[in-house]
Amino acid sequence: MEKPADLLIVGGGIVGLGVGWRVAQAGWSVTILERDRAGRGASWAAAGMLAPVSEVKYDEPELQELSFQSLKLYPEFVSELRSESGMDVDYRTEGTLRVALNPDEAAELRRLYDYQVELGLKVQELSGPEAREMEPSLSPSVTDAVACFGDHQVDNRRLVLALVRAFQKRGGRLHERMGVESVQLKAGRVTGVTAGSESWPASRVLIAAGSWSGRLEGIPAELCPPVRPVKGQMVTLRMAAPLVQHVIRGRKAYLAPKSDGRLLIGSTMEEMGFDTQVTAGAVLQLLYEAWRMVPGLEDLALVETQAGLRPTSRDHAPILGKTPIEGLYVATGHFRHGILLAPITGSLLRDLIVEDRPGVLIKPFGLERFLSPSYHEATS
Amino acid sequence: MNRETLAPPKELRASQDALTISGKTYRSRLLMGISLYPSAEVMLRALEASGAELVTVAIRRVNLKDPRAENPVTLIDRDRYEILPNTAGCYTARDAIYTAHLAREALGTSLIKLEVIGDEETLYPDVEQLLQGASALVREGFTVLPYCNDDPVTCKKLEELGCVAVMPLGSPIGSGCGIRNPYNFQLIRAAVKVPVILDAGVGTASDVAMGMELGCDGVLLNSAVARARNPVRMAEAMRKAVEAGRLAYESGRIPQRFYADPTSSMRSISRLQKKD
Repeated sequence: MEKPADLLIVGGGIVGLGVGWRVAQAGWSVTILERDRAGRGASWAAAGMLAPVSEVKYDEPELQELSFQSLKLYPEFVSELRSESGMDVDYRTEGTLRVALNPDEAAELRRLYDYQVELGLKVQELSGPEAREMEPSLSPSVTDAVACFGDHQVDNRRLVLALVRAFQKRGGRLHERMGVESVQLKAGRVTGVTAGSESWPASRVLIAAGSWSGRLEGIPAELCPPVRPVKGQMVTLRMAAPLVQHVIRGRKAYLAPKSDGRLLIGSTMEEMGFDTQVTAGAVLQLLYEAWRMVPGLEDLALVETQAGLRPTSRDHAPILGKTPIEGLYVATGHFRHGILLAPITGSLLRDLIVEDRPGVLIKPFGLERFLSPSYHEATS
Repeated sequence: MNRETLAPPKELRASQDALTISGKTYRSRLLMGISLYPSAEVMLRALEASGAELVTVAIRRVNLKDPRAENPVTLIDRDRYEILPNTAGCYTARDAIYTAHLAREALGTSLIKLEVIGDEETLYPDVEQLLQGASALVREGFTVLPYCNDDPVTCKKLEELGCVAVMPLGSPIGSGCGIRNPYNFQLIRAAVKVPVILDAGVGTASDVAMGMELGCDGVLLNSAVARARNPVRMAEAMRKAVEAGRLAYESGRIPQRFYADPTSSMRSISRLQKKD
C-alpha cells in the first residue's frame, strides 16, 4: 500500500490528468486511479476541436464564458505542457469553416451566423467560391460558408499522453487498470477509496471518472453526480498530403485534419448507454456526409473506427466543485467539451482544492444545481 | 338574467374532456417528441410547459436495456407522462414490427406510433409498407397510431385496419412548413371517425392553431419546440395554440366573405333587437 495521498483522483482522462498535473505542480502528492489506460476513454475518442465559436448554442451564457476563458488559456497551457513533457500537441489556429450545400443548410447557417454576430464573435460569411479559395478541396456543391476564426484545435491523443508525462514528472502517481470500487466515508468526510480490493487512503478525493462518475459505490445515491454516457462514433482516414487545413463542419459531420496526416470524421450523438460498438449506419452516415463536403477523401485509407462515451450532465454543462461530503470534489460531465475545458478545469479545481479558493467562473457549475434543496446549504 | 345563458355552450364544455385515444382520455391535445433539445434539462422543462401527457420516443435511438441508467427516457416521470414509443428510422414493415416488439418488451406498453419511412430526402411514409405493418401490429394486439400521408384514402384504410388514430403529416418532418394542404385535412376529418392527429411539419404556433381549427383532435410536434431559440417558451406557445385552435373549432367560425360586413350598421342593431 502506498502512503496516503493529499489528493486521490478517480479517473485518468483529460480532466483527471489536467487537474492532477496542476495540483502536483503545487507540491501536493497526487494519485490517479484509472480503470483502463490513461486517456483512452472519451479523451481518446475525440477530435480535439477547441470550437466555442462554430459550436455556439443559444442560452448558455455561463458555459460560453467558461469555454472562451479556457480557450484563452490554451496557448500558455500548451507551451507549459511542452516544456514539462517535451511533447508537442499540434496546437493549430486556422479555425473552422462551417459549410452549407443546399438552401436548407444555408438558411440554418445564416441563423447561426446572425447569432454569432449578435454575440460579437469573429466570423465571416463566404460565398462558395470564396470558401473554395480558402479550402480548394471543398466540394463545388458548397454554396455558402462561415469562417469561424476564433476556433482552434489540438491533437487530443498527444495532449493526454503529454499530460501523463508532465503529471508523472511532477511526482504524480498513476495506476492504470485500477478501477475504483467504492469511495470510503467516515463521519461525513472522505477517507479514501477502495480499488483492486485494497484501501487507498487520501484526505481528499476528486471524482473525474467521466461517464462512470455517477456509479461509484459508497456515495449516497442522491449525491452521485448525474451523468450519463452519450455515445459518439468516429472514422479516421489517413491523408498522404494535407487535404484540408481548417476544421470543416457541416450539419451532420465534421472533418478535423491533424498534422500527423490523420483526418478525423465525426461524430454521432447516441443515447445507447455504455455500448461502444461501431455500427454500419454510423460509418455510412459519417463517410457520406464528409464525402459530400470534401469528395477528394474517397481515395484515402480508412485507418480506424471508434466509439467513445461523452460524460453528459442533464443540462449539458460540466459539474465542478465541492460536494456536501467534506473532502470530496467532482469534475465531470464535460460532454463534448472536455478537451476545450481542460485548462480552465485544471486551474479552477487546483485553486479550490489547494487554496480553498472558489473562482467566480466555477460558481454556476456546482453539483448543488442537481441536488434537492436540503443539500444546498451544505455546499454553499 | 337567466342563469342558463351565462353557462358556456355545450360544445365548449366538451373541449374540457379533451382527447380520447382507444378509450383513454388525455386532458392535453398536444403530443411531444423528445429529440434534438439542447439538453435533457431543457427537454424536461419544455415538456412541463407544453402540458403534454403523451410523449413519443424513438425506440431505435435509445438503449432501454439498462433501466438503472440515466437516459432521456428514464428521466421522464412516467407517473406524469405516458410514453408513446415510435418506430422512427424504420424503412420496412419488418423493421417497424420488430421495433414495436422491442418497445412493448422494454416499456410494457402496447401503444405504438408506427413510422415506416419511404424516402430519405422527404421522410415521407411508405404507404404500402405502412399498411402492411399496421395490419400485422393490430393483429398482434398493438394499439397502433400510424404516421401517414395527408391522404384521405390511406387514412380511411388505416382506420379500417383497426388503427386507433391517424397521424397525417402537415409537411415533411422537421421542415417547419406547416400544413401545406389544409383542404386534405378537411377531407380526412370527414373520412374517418378515429382521432386525427397532425404529425410533422409544425413550424410555429399558428400552424398548430390551424390544425386544430381544421378539426384535428390533437397535434404532435418536436423540432418546432426543440430547435426554437427558446424551447420552453415555444412549448408554452404551442400549448396555448392547441387550446385556442380547439376552442375556435368548437365555437363555430364565421364564413369568409368577399366584401365587408359592417359591425355597427342600423341593420345589425335591428337584428339584435329582433332577437330580444
